[in-house]
Amino acid sequence: MITPTMNLRRGCFILGVMPSESTPSTQHRFAGRLDNYVDRYAARTKGMTASEIRALFAVASRPEVVSLAGGMPNISGLPLDVVASGIDTIVREHGTVAMQYGSGQGDARLREQICDVMALEGIHAHPDDVVVTVGSQQAVDLVTRIFCDPGDVVICEAPSYVGALGVFRAYECDVVHAQMDGEGLIPEALEQAIVATKASGRTIKFLYTIPNYHNPAGVTMTDERRQAVLEICRQHDILILEDNPYGLLGFDSDPHRALRADEAEGVIYLGSFSKTFAPGFRVGWVLAPHAVREKLVLAQESATLCPSNFSQMAISTYLDKHDWKQQIKDFQQMYRERRDAMIEALDDLMPASCTWNVPSGGFYVWLTLPPGIDAKAMLPRAVTARVAYVPGTAFYADQFGTSSMRLSFCYPTPERIREGVRRLAGVLEAELELRETFDSFAAPRLSRGYESPNTDLT
Amino acid sequence: MDSVVVLAGGLSHERDVSLRSGRRVSEALRHADVEVLERDVDSSLVPFLLSERPQCVFPVLHGDSGEDGAIREVFELLDVAYIGAEPAACRAAFDKPVAKSVVRRAGLSTPDWVALPHETFRELGAGAVMDAMASHLGLPLMVKPAKSGSALGCSVVRTREELPGAMVGAFAYGDTALIEHFVEGTEVAVPVIDTGDGPQALPAVQITPEGGIYDYTARYTAGSTSFEVPAPLSDDIAAEVARVAVTAHQALGLRDLSRSDLIIDAQGVVWFLEVNVSPGMTETSTVPLSIAAAGLDMGQVCAQLITQAKARTHG
Repeated sequence: MITPTMNLRRGCFILGVMPSESTPSTQHRFAGRLDNYVDRYAARTKGMTASEIRALFAVASRPEVVSLAGGMPNISGLPLDVVASGIDTIVREHGTVAMQYGSGQGDARLREQICDVMALEGIHAHPDDVVVTVGSQQAVDLVTRIFCDPGDVVICEAPSYVGALGVFRAYECDVVHAQMDGEGLIPEALEQAIVATKASGRTIKFLYTIPNYHNPAGVTMTDERRQAVLEICRQHDILILEDNPYGLLGFDSDPHRALRADEAEGVIYLGSFSKTFAPGFRVGWVLAPHAVREKLVLAQESATLCPSNFSQMAISTYLDKHDWKQQIKDFQQMYRERRDAMIEALDDLMPASCTWNVPSGGFYVWLTLPPGIDAKAMLPRAVTARVAYVPGTAFYADQFGTSSMRLSFCYPTPERIREGVRRLAGVLEAELELRETFDSFAAPRLSRGYESPNTDLT
Repeated sequence: MDSVVVLAGGLSHERDVSLRSGRRVSEALRHADVEVLERDVDSSLVPFLLSERPQCVFPVLHGDSGEDGAIREVFELLDVAYIGAEPAACRAAFDKPVAKSVVRRAGLSTPDWVALPHETFRELGAGAVMDAMASHLGLPLMVKPAKSGSALGCSVVRTREELPGAMVGAFAYGDTALIEHFVEGTEVAVPVIDTGDGPQALPAVQITPEGGIYDYTARYTAGSTSFEVPAPLSDDIAAEVARVAVTAHQALGLRDLSRSDLIIDAQGVVWFLEVNVSPGMTETSTVPLSIAAAGLDMGQVCAQLITQAKARTHG
């Protein structure tokens, strides 16, 4: 709270007497800005400002709103009694270990189990090459921390995961996008991005890719594309950062073979328990070549000292005591039903001028609006109609994606998903009418600012 | 119950701002030894008010329902004491074109304007109507939703080509847009409080946003706007902005607390832009700055308003 005695560097209250008929007699003058540190922030905080879009997401968390914006997994099917019993045992029998500092690299037993999980995607790894992280989000951060200097280039799919783009921005990297289509990253587009970036004299540090059930695009890279991408990166000596939080959540097939399964030296693989178990434990991991792993452990120690022992032991016990593979099958079934509900509703209710993909796994549908409709400009109208989505621009570093949006089907029930799409169709109809009236597809001016969704929406 | 209920959040576009304002008001009241319960607006609110009968409700709701009088109609129905203007006055103040008409009748200067719904543009042809607006009002223009706050959906239009995009932006937030001549000048916010001795203007806060436009980002990013309070105005102009704010408050029949947003042009004319019946109380809002500049304590001021509201309702 600002008080008359509080001195601010850029402004201060000064006690004075200013008699006036209309104001109290004693006044305290203030001149300046309401942030003592406004001139001291690092350059990387540029853009960390309030934004209209982020404010609108505050409404999306209300139950009246059908949020097709959120990326929260639906964990209501978890066996809470099994989890509770496991945690009870941890506290009673291993409490002094669980509540103590642990290894910076992570719990040895859990790292063995992580290797079992990765084996489902064809990866044969040694637990010593695994580093446990605070969610795979921190894994993106640590890898970027040890590889990227300001101005270094990271190649990302177009669109790409908003949380990773935030990390790359925080480390002042330049993001160069490469196009995707229904089969994932387009090899020619990747090669073009690499060649053009190198020709401009800039340094590419890695390709960041989400091969399975992409967030936000919903597409999965085909086997042929995987081989092509690996080959291009080998030829150009480009490291691959393979982010795979959704890989086990396919609806129609066995897990796809990971890029890392065919390339051990040129791929750093990121995994997570957030979607296959629960995000609240904040446990993910990095599988990296030995030399990189050494640096990641040191980076982890400087960032957090160590990941939470308690969380790691809770997950390790869950994996030991529960049929986690069956649990994942249950999740697949549940998410498939929600995917079907969304696609059916889109087919039934949205105008033909919209296009979308049918994801074969994961959480997201990427919807493209009729030409000229700006998803960000339409969001206030959607919130008024009690439906929310994430505008496409959040998933680009370069303000592309204006006519697209990410719709998530992971959290609302199938009935709510249909209701949300029904509301969205009404919003779009009104927006089309408005644009037609003004014969304008110019984007209205929106205040700029931090546009990534709130934590519970990513 | 002995507590005062601070009502914040709601479902308007300004929910986030309201939550911030609510936290700040609650904190100030607790410092003034007032027992506070913070609540959101949902379907459990009416049963709660009926069963708990709080001493008073302090609605710190911004945007629709919070400022348009609707929630206050419900307080009246339930015979619950509340801070702020009565429903009819809120309705007039929240509807910017209506408020401008009222203050113009009261003799204040307000930029020339038109207020039109989307249907008018659709039926008559948007191009012709926009040409007429630009020609009659003169560029530059300010385009905003007729009922909204926090500068959401607002644009300054300097060329005719920018007008369609600005209209689309305003209509994203509501069915009617206000288009007024944009007055260049010094922007000031002037709170008015009435703790029993009649409405009194607090020191004017001069607002100088870093990027030149006091938009959402400039309002709610600490450090992106410079404030000066009391505004560095001549005695005559300072007295005039105070008079304009108090006149607007009275002409609209407001009560307890309001904030008028004004522009002082190069000739020293003070132009009324809009008035807020539930002004922002966040860490970056102007009302708390002005209260502090007046040598007052925000918690004490709010506590006085509560005492007054209780006496008004319960005698």
